[in-house]
Amino acid sequence: MGVRRVLRHSAWICWKDLLEFSRSKLRLVMLVLMPLFMMVMVGFIFPTGSTISHTPVAIANQDLTVNGTSLGSGFIAKLEAVNNETSMMDLRSATGFDDIKTMIQDGKISGGVIVPSNFTSELLAGRQGRITLVTDQSNPQTSATVQAVLTQVIGELGSQFAANNLNHTYNISLQEAPAVLMPYSVQVRGIVPGSTNYFEFVAPGIMAMVVMMSLMTGLPHAISYEKDMGTLDGMLVAPTSRWAIILGKVLAQSTRGMIQGAIILLLAIVLFGVVIHGSILLVVLLILLTVFSFVGLGILITSLADKEETATMVMMTLMFPMMFLSGVMFPIQQMPSFMQTVAGFLPLTYAATAMRKVMVLGAGVQAITPEVIILTVFGIVLLTVAVPMFKRAMNR
Amino acid sequence: MIMSDIAISTTGLTKKFGDFTAVDHVSFEVRKGEIFGLLGPNGAGKSTAIRMLSTLSIPTEGSATVAGFDVRKEDGKVREHIGLVSEKMIMYGELTARENLLLFGKLYDIPKDVLDKRIAKLLGFVRMEKWADHRIDTFSTGMKQRINVIRALVNQPEILFLDEPTLGLDPQSSAEIRELIRRINIENSTTMVLTTHMMGDADMLCNRIGIMDRGKIVALDTSTNLKRSISGSDVTLFEFEIPNLDADIVSSVESLKSVSSVIRGDAAHIKVSSVGNDSFDTLVDALRKNGAQIRTVKNLEPTLEDVFLHITGHEVRDDASKTSTPTQRGGPHGWRPNNRVR
Repeated sequence: MGVRRVLRHSAWICWKDLLEFSRSKLRLVMLVLMPLFMMVMVGFIFPTGSTISHTPVAIANQDLTVNGTSLGSGFIAKLEAVNNETSMMDLRSATGFDDIKTMIQDGKISGGVIVPSNFTSELLAGRQGRITLVTDQSNPQTSATVQAVLTQVIGELGSQFAANNLNHTYNISLQEAPAVLMPYSVQVRGIVPGSTNYFEFVAPGIMAMVVMMSLMTGLPHAISYEKDMGTLDGMLVAPTSRWAIILGKVLAQSTRGMIQGAIILLLAIVLFGVVIHGSILLVVLLILLTVFSFVGLGILITSLADKEETATMVMMTLMFPMMFLSGVMFPIQQMPSFMQTVAGFLPLTYAATAMRKVMVLGAGVQAITPEVIILTVFGIVLLTVAVPMFKRAMNR
Repeated sequence: MIMSDIAISTTGLTKKFGDFTAVDHVSFEVRKGEIFGLLGPNGAGKSTAIRMLSTLSIPTEGSATVAGFDVRKEDGKVREHIGLVSEKMIMYGELTARENLLLFGKLYDIPKDVLDKRIAKLLGFVRMEKWADHRIDTFSTGMKQRINVIRALVNQPEILFLDEPTLGLDPQSSAEIRELIRRINIENSTTMVLTTHMMGDADMLCNRIGIMDRGKIVALDTSTNLKRSISGSDVTLFEFEIPNLDADIVSSVESLKSVSSVIRGDAAHIKVSSVGNDSFDTLVDALRKNGAQIRTVKNLEPTLEDVFLHITGHEVRDDASKTSTPTQRGGPHGWRPNNRVR
């Protein structure tokens, strides 16, 4: 059977599938909503240091006045002043550790600060004034964040206090004081302009994931559904190559995946301020490569599953580990080493990495060559397994 | 290609699914232009036979030639010459009637202008022109089935396979579809092979009927000849109305040598086919001896159902309502202890 005939038939089958898809308004709405939800979900649920705001924190000032001076009150006033600018915390007062403990147990606050009774006297005596941070152990993530923020703020307040002391006692100017206190300073600079945004990490991975999902769920669904409904017989009984049927379905699902990928890209740029540093053409080519590497898997599931229900179960089982282990949502480097090994076997890992390199870091073809080779090999291996399986399944 | 009036010919056609033999060494011929029926209960192997003939299923053994081409070696050629109306409708509900016909026409590589005219003609043929651009899922079952039938005609097939074409239709729609099948057969001289478990359909439509049971064709002839085969012989069919009918009475009749089959209709009716000139006397004697009070007796004209009963020893309906595994079938006379005995 001629290649052109196969292509012509597959184009008609693709036309049919897309036309069918477009007939439901709800499906069209979901086509846009799904990637939007995905972006919002993974973009916002993970706390990062800079994203906490209005976290309730209690302050207990137990400091005793020494000769009319209370350095504790001064500290708290400065802390409140800093917080008024950033609104990271909602500050309230407490009497002491037990009070803070009760408030944490009641879920009213996420942490506490205690200025002890000897704060002023110790400082005046030339020793360190110790401030206690109380954390909520039931919520390690928030605790860590609150702790980091407070440590930083208190550290800065301490530096200011020290700079004033240096100025006062040793007559060192306020401009020179930081160099005396902290001779080393750190400057963070990325390789592309602009500050890092979590969406820049997430968007490329989600694009790769949506393309994967449309092939892994869409393809087996599209074929096994028609098998269940009996409509597949209509195509099989026509003088149409089996390849035209599968190719038509792949075209339709890829188109859907690419439309969703484009929607994600658009949302990322317009709504979430993501800047694309690499070439858009390269991004499109990568999406096509991702399609290629997953087509085999989609066909494989289709051939193995006799019914739509089975197909759904098989692909869910395969898809979830891929979603979580491929570094789409969490950086792979943060996973334990054996999980990193597992991630190394998932094509989505390479698709997401390559996509991220191009989109966020502006990498060229050279930088993503390893990923391109691996994805191509994945595609070829899976297709080599899937093609004979599909042929057998169609002739039952 | 055999230049003759044979459209389909099979030799020892067999399909096995694991240990289960769905179609068991079936050999028959279908003549060009005839409506050939495969009649039998669900699970008799009719659909499997049609699937093999329409290249959807590869035979385990045996061979079949359809429109002059071998279903195994020349499946592509076979496909160009056949159409299939399946038990499950082959249509996309969210597409319009025209779009459905267009898609399938294009899979047969019919040029656009020819196809457009043909679609219009087919829609006119079933008086559905004004529904052409409406979605299939807005249609009634009868309308859907009309489109489903003409969809199979889009490539002007020489041979049309129809698998249970009236299944799930109300009597009026059924009659409509039967009429449609007849018109297609006459106007296009399309050869048709249809499967059904409805005796009426087979009787009214088919030139010849192959009765299938447990994967085999157990009888093959015209409807008239099939009926004559039992009434012309010394087989007679009686229906007794016995108000005090019970299991003992039934088994007493069953045990008679002259009786070939017994079916209980309902609580008070029993259908008996018996052989021999003095069979009526023997029957009545046996019934009376067991205390049966006979209210009425009818001498029945044989129907296809009786033919089936006579040949297979069990009723068509029996199997239609049960699954098809052989272990669940009734005894040698087709009468089952669990068959509505109170």
